[in-house]
Parts: sequence; C-alpha cells; structure tokens
Amino acid sequence: MMNIYLRLIYEFFKIGLFSIGGGMATLPFLAHLGENTGWFSYADLMNMLAVSESTPGPIGINMATYVGFSVGGITGGILATLGEVAPAIIIILIIASFLTKFRENKYVDSAFYGLRPASTGLIGSAGLSIVIEVMFSGTGTLGIKWKAVILALIIWFLSNKFKYTKNWHPICFIGICAVVGIVLGF
Amino acid sequence: MKKYAELFFTFAKIGVMTFGGGMAMLPMLQREIIENKHWTTEDELADYYAIGQCTPGIIAVNTATFIGNSIAGPIGGIVATLGVVFPSLIIITFLANIIQRYSEMPIVKSAFAGIQVAVCVLIFNSVMKLAKRSVIDKITAVIFAAIILAGYFLNVSPVIFIIIAAVVGMLIKLKEVRA
Repeated sequence: MMNIYLRLIYEFFKIGLFSIGGGMATLPFLAHLGENTGWFSYADLMNMLAVSESTPGPIGINMATYVGFSVGGITGGILATLGEVAPAIIIILIIASFLTKFRENKYVDSAFYGLRPASTGLIGSAGLSIVIEVMFSGTGTLGIKWKAVILALIIWFLSNKFKYTKNWHPICFIGICAVVGIVLGF
Repeated sequence: MKKYAELFFTFAKIGVMTFGGGMAMLPMLQREIIENKHWTTEDELADYYAIGQCTPGIIAVNTATFIGNSIAGPIGGIVATLGVVFPSLIIITFLANIIQRYSEMPIVKSAFAGIQVAVCVLIFNSVMKLAKRSVIDKITAVIFAAIILAGYFLNVSPVIFIIIAAVVGMLIKLKEVRA
C-alpha cells in the first residue's frame, strides 16, 4: 500500500504530464482517477469543478488543490498541486532554451496535429459521462430528468446565443443554476 | 532576492484576479506583465501562449514559467509558478473546508444539483470552443469522435489515448510531408 501522499504526487504528476491544453484537459484524468481509486465520485468531481470555476485562480490548479484536499487534507492539496505543476515547469524550462526551434520542429508539429483533437475528445468523453449522470439517470422514460434537461437548454441558449448574456462569466450561470436548484428542489 | 519576491507577488496577484481557465489570465498578464512591469512584449506573450497551449500542463503555469525564466532564470520560472498557484491553495483549501462541513444540508445539496447542470453546459461550451481550434479537417474530426467514444466506453487511462494520438498524428503528418 503506497503512502497516500506519494500516491497523490505520482497521480498528479502524471496528470500534469499528459493533459494538454489547459485546466479543463485535466478533467478526464481526474474522472479516471476517481473511478480507479474510489477517492471521489463523479458527482463530487462536478461539485469541485463548479467551485473551481467560481473561485479565483486557474481552474486546473483549483481542481488539483480541491481533489488533493478531499483525499489528503491540507498537505494533500499542496502536494497534488505541486505534483501537477512539476512536469510543466520542467518541460517549459527545457523548451525555453530552444523556443523557436521547438515551434518549427516538424515532429513536434505533427504530434500535436493528433494530440489536439484527442485532448478535446477526452474532455468530450468526460463531459458525456457527466451529462448522462445529470440528465439521463432518472427513473422515467429513458431516464430523462426533464427539469435538468430544460435548465441545460436554457443555460446553453443564454451562454451561446442570447446576445445580452452570452459574454457573461461562467460564475453567473453557476449562480443562476444554484438558485434554480434550490427553488425547484433539484 | 528582491527580483524573486517581485515575481512571486506579481504572479500571485495575477492568480487571484484570474477566474476560469488559463485563457482568462491573458488580460491580467497583459496589464501586469507588459504594461506595468515591462517584463515582456505582446509578441513574446503570444508565443508563450501558443506553446503553453500545446505543451503538457496548465496554460497558466506554462506561461508563468516562461516569463519567470526569461526574467530571472530557472529559479525565476519556479518562483513565478509558485506565485500563480499560491492563491488557489489558500482559497480552495478554505472553501473546501466550509463546503465539507455543510454539504449534507438539503439546501446545499439542491444548489449543487442545479450547479451540476451548469457544469454540463460549461464543459460542452468549452469542448466546442476547443474543437474549433483542434478539429480542422476530416482526420482530426475522426480522431476527435473516436476518442470521445473510446474514452466513454473503455475503462482505459487517458494517458494511453494521448500517446496513441501523438503517434497517429506523427505518422499521418510526416507521411503527408514526404508525399
């Protein structure tokens, strides 16, 4: 049985090393981590994501701190965060010494041709699991949770199509949904 | 020593003012790093961002390491990164503590159940935004769709998919160049 702190550092180092394209890219790795270790459920992870979006600081860091804290207290939060940023620091310090060559390197460029859609696809698959849990895990026909589906459509419309609200910060939509959840008894 | 302290606190300030992903950090960086401190230029910052997006890790951290390194060497890179994560450590630890205490209250449960719907939409929005940049032709569309399905149905570590995608990308692109 590996010490929980070592395990946290190891897992988050791995996440930092393989998640490409920003904080949201860590989500599929965190979902997989929760599944494998039983440390936290999908629902827990979503709550952590909501809090991370609504508080100051980059999402990826907030999530690492939150997950680490929920697994191993204050020390866990610090170690998970440091574990996650360590690979980036090492890689960037290496790249910085030959910056322009890196961008023009054909091997790097061609690898990222495949990496970028894959990273986006991974976030999509984590999103799909979450959507199914939140909107299609009820008891009725096809498990559709109508309240959640309708609220999602409204929020999608407000955050993409409606010109007065589409540039609002995500925290606003999170706030609206919290109020709706309380009022309608989600 | 003074330089390191300045780096740390400047990036801590940027960390506090960033809400959301690394992209949300850009306007803060422009104001603090370019306009106030003159530590870098618009062009350099754009380069750092471009590389930060396509290297492993969180964009905010990658950019902080780049800028810190260019100002005060590798230690500077580390100090700037520690600065940018510092506020998160404090704020999230504090909040997580409170939320843990009240998470069983019915009103808090209802609120989070509602919030989960918002999270679904926010993830969907962010996938759509990322897809605009990453899904650029038929091959990348196939990779994108295949990974969504494989990621959903197979209980395999995402690490495996990332490695396969890098290899596939190289094979396809390098062959194109040669042809």
